[in-house]
Amino acid sequence: MNAIFVLARREFASFFATPIAYVFIAIFLILSGIFTFFMGDLYERGQADLQPFFSFHPWLYLFLVPAIAMRGWAEERRSGTIELLMTLPITVTQAVIGKFIAAWLVLLLALLLTFPVWLTVNYLGQPDNGIILTGYLGSWLMAGAFLAISLCMSALTKNQVIAFVLAIALCFLFVVAGSDLVLDAFTLWADNSVVDTVASFSFLQRFDALSKGVIALNDVVYFLLSTGFWLYACQIIIEQKKAA
Amino acid sequence: MISVKNLSKSFGEFTAVNDLSFEVKAGDIVGFLGPNGAGKSTTMKMLTGFHTPTQGEVKVNGRRMSKNANRLQRDIGYLPEGAPAYSDMTTFQFLNFIADIRGLDKHEKRDRLKEVIDQVELHQVLDKTVDTLSKGFRRRLGLAQALVHNPQILILDEPTDGLDPNQKQHVRQLIKNLSKDKLVIISTHILEEVTAVCNRVIIIANGAMRFDGTPAELQQQSKYHQAVTIKLSYAADITGLLEIDGVADMEVDKQTGEVTLFPEPGKHILGPITEHVQHYRLPIDRLHVDDGRLEDVFANLTQEDA
Repeated sequence: MNAIFVLARREFASFFATPIAYVFIAIFLILSGIFTFFMGDLYERGQADLQPFFSFHPWLYLFLVPAIAMRGWAEERRSGTIELLMTLPITVTQAVIGKFIAAWLVLLLALLLTFPVWLTVNYLGQPDNGIILTGYLGSWLMAGAFLAISLCMSALTKNQVIAFVLAIALCFLFVVAGSDLVLDAFTLWADNSVVDTVASFSFLQRFDALSKGVIALNDVVYFLLSTGFWLYACQIIIEQKKAA
Repeated sequence: MISVKNLSKSFGEFTAVNDLSFEVKAGDIVGFLGPNGAGKSTTMKMLTGFHTPTQGEVKVNGRRMSKNANRLQRDIGYLPEGAPAYSDMTTFQFLNFIADIRGLDKHEKRDRLKEVIDQVELHQVLDKTVDTLSKGFRRRLGLAQALVHNPQILILDEPTDGLDPNQKQHVRQLIKNLSKDKLVIISTHILEEVTAVCNRVIIIANGAMRFDGTPAELQQQSKYHQAVTIKLSYAADITGLLEIDGVADMEVDKQTGEVTLFPEPGKHILGPITEHVQHYRLPIDRLHVDDGRLEDVFANLTQEDA
């Protein structure tokens, strides 16, 4: 437990020792502002909620989360520090979780810094703050799932660009899993249960429910499970590379 | 104690380490030698639990590395090849991080950090980030990092690479001064380092063991071991030197005018030679006895099948 904390603290500090965290947070705030007010028509809708704000999050994360995670393992491998890390008395699991938590906290920070949007709707009307809170929670959980996928891809290679591209591709698949784009490819030959299963992997639909204030246990569990799954995959990849 | 049994490591088709077995005890300072690509670093990576062996086993203090890596890594200090460190941290932050993750408590940490910073002389770069450090400081930081928890076992991959001659001397002294009950393995390309620091030498080439013994034993394998070299002021009759009892062979270097006399195995020829020189009043500028030329032995041992 202690090792995870020490590792996470180092990783977190490292995001701020380099401009990465600042750039990430700034871009996240600017883009989410643009999306919310200009493309999401927050004002014009005349409704005091953050639906337009949250609805763009999957698309923002799609690019930004792989960007912040691509360095994670790829850089350790390239600079050789992975050898240092893996010969310290810690387990691979601890290292994987430590790295994840650090980046997830940066994402949380970025999310919390969007509070002016929340202030705005509260100033303009009387939104249901419970729904907004659920939306934030959902957004953070989804970001965690994106992050786990991206970190896993980062563990595959020492090249950050490859890690980034792989992560975007995989994240994109999960975002659009529930859309016709993907489902059409299955409906032709597979029966309904397969199509439903594929659709159930969709980040978009699960997040949609959460952002509307519906905390369904299975959506929360889904995000937690997929995060866990990809972190586990990440651990296996790292173990495998030791033996290779 | 480290014991290695039938250790092999392959990367795909390529065999980096091939059936290596040896034991190292506390008090041993082992110089691990070999040409580039001989498998030194790969072996060290297996000793420290970074690589999993393809075959064979590493045991540290009687426990298997494959089963108890985390337990055993507590007792090991390791300087990996190239002395990697997190480039965005300062020297002090980095050492502090290592101390934390090694679980040193507050007081212990303060004492140990102070000690290693003194030992490797990092005072002037404590607040510099790692990516701005010179090669020498980086290497020393790597060394400090390996020493932080005062480990029983030290495994150092080229600890003096990139250091200037003074720093090399300093690091060698440091390694020598580590307490006598520690076990140290250092890899190096520098042969003189082995005689200066180590009490045991292991030479590998193409992943296989070529020599395991003391530095003195290594020197004895040289044909220059106990050979006597004399330099004459001017040309003189030296044919008589070959007839001295115990002299097996003579070599004349035409450029320098030096004459080297090789002894028969086990014979000491310095006495008879000086007698001969005095008797015939040979004009001697210089005379010395060789301990053995390690470059020679090293080349013989590592190029056998090349």
